[in-house]
Amino acid sequence: MSGAAARPVEPEPAAGGAAPVLRLEAVRKTYGRGTVVLRDVDLEVAPHTVTALIGASGSGKSTLLRCANLLEEIDDGAIFLDGEEITDPRADADAVRRRIGVVFQAYNLFPHMTVLDNITLAPRRVHGVARDEAEARAHALLERLGLGGRADAYPDRLSGGQQQRVALVRALACRPRLLLLDEITAALDPELVGEVLGVVRELKEEGMTMVLATHEMGFARDVADQVCFLDAGVIRERGTPEELFGAPREARTRQFLERVVGAGRW
Amino acid sequence: MSLAKGPSGTSPVVTEDDGYVPSARRLARERYRRTRARRATTVATVSTLVTGAVLYVVITGSPGWQRTRETFFSAAYARMALPKVLEGLLLNLELLVVCGAAVLVCGMALAVARTLRGPVFFPLRALATAYTDFFRGLPLIICLLMVVFGVPALRLQGVTTDPVLLGGTALVLTYSAYVAEVFRAGIESVHPSQRAAARSLGLSSGQALRFVVLPQAVRRVVPPLLNDLVSLQKDTGLVSIAGAVDAVYAAQIVAGKDFNYTPYVVAGLVFVALTIPMTRLTDWVTARMDRRRAQGGIV
Repeated sequence: MSGAAARPVEPEPAAGGAAPVLRLEAVRKTYGRGTVVLRDVDLEVAPHTVTALIGASGSGKSTLLRCANLLEEIDDGAIFLDGEEITDPRADADAVRRRIGVVFQAYNLFPHMTVLDNITLAPRRVHGVARDEAEARAHALLERLGLGGRADAYPDRLSGGQQQRVALVRALACRPRLLLLDEITAALDPELVGEVLGVVRELKEEGMTMVLATHEMGFARDVADQVCFLDAGVIRERGTPEELFGAPREARTRQFLERVVGAGRW
Repeated sequence: MSLAKGPSGTSPVVTEDDGYVPSARRLARERYRRTRARRATTVATVSTLVTGAVLYVVITGSPGWQRTRETFFSAAYARMALPKVLEGLLLNLELLVVCGAAVLVCGMALAVARTLRGPVFFPLRALATAYTDFFRGLPLIICLLMVVFGVPALRLQGVTTDPVLLGGTALVLTYSAYVAEVFRAGIESVHPSQRAAARSLGLSSGQALRFVVLPQAVRRVVPPLLNDLVSLQKDTGLVSIAGAVDAVYAAQIVAGKDFNYTPYVVAGLVFVALTIPMTRLTDWVTARMDRRRAQGGIV
């Protein structure tokens, strides 16, 4: 931790209490005609907690995150951010997204900008932060994530792990209320996974509220306060990591976990 | 995007077997969106009508309107000119089809020549570069004059003096240079990793170009290519400087008799009418390609 400039976590708003940061209520999402991707999904994410979404590919983890950031329009149900319904057609989607940070599986850095420009784009253009301050903040965050010397590099010059950490910095630079991480280590080499997950762990310690979709079961068990197992668009089972990994109640969950262990992904 | 998902008019409720019943919240949301869509349509209609009305009043109220209408929008002259213009248009269409095909082939060949690697191909590369540099800079009208009047002046044995053929050649010369640059931009926009992936599979440089790079490149440049084709279509009229009768020249002949300009308007409208379906077709094709690829989402 190096001073206030590098603090990604905003202090709790007054009278925050334990009111959930993110709440999904009977969310339903279909693609095309009849493919149901999310069915009656309820979820509550308390402040300063980490929720891990696990499940096979295509179970709806990424779609859930995309819906929470309004990148997808849900069919039914409602999503609340700090108690305010963001799926209301009258809601300002840009204002909602300003409060949520997203990191994608494939980094999605802008290839035509340097690392520094990638990071300062939104603070400067969206949040109206002065260039000096935005750059100071970016440098501090880069330093913290071990990317001190790379501010002027272009993304293509960086390794996957470095790119993904830049993507994290880019999301953090806007001081989001909530961070959505969509399988952020899925495209990384095993030895690079650690450096990215280490950052997530640190963020948790600082109190960042996060929802992450992941295939890293060991990490989910380690870092999450709440684990949700998604299967065919339904949250089949949820609980603390001890409950879900230690004593899964549902047959589908057991089956999934056995297959993952069998594949050596633990 | 939300319009495409049909929240406004058409019912988006999909029939499924999981006993799903839309909630009151969803119905309220859809009602709200329908209201919004209706309001948007109303605003669009009203503003269109107002704009039209203002234009109408301004134009028809102008002092010279009576005279202008007789000179440019005379129904009698339009009827007289239309068959002749259409007859001339045949020549434009022929030129468009033949030159268009030749331009695409030559342009592609030039673009590929410019992207070849290796020292062996240096002369070819240099030649293609020099060619595009020269013909892109040379004004089309000068190129036409040179070819149409210069080539026959040489009195070469067996070389045609047909103005249409020569004019067409000049068009191909110039437009190939434009189109080559469009293709080259497309080829260079394909990420190097694609070539790397293709080569790593054992494809030769040529095969990588043919099966991996070019298909992606061509898809990307369809809109700018169409732009050049439409431009070519209009420029086919320039062959009339050597005496060939195309739609514009036919209009000029009719207009020249009584100094009534209606035939020009007719010819202009005919050209516009030709390009619109072409544009819509490419829009449709590119939209279809995008749909197949896109990951979806509403932003």
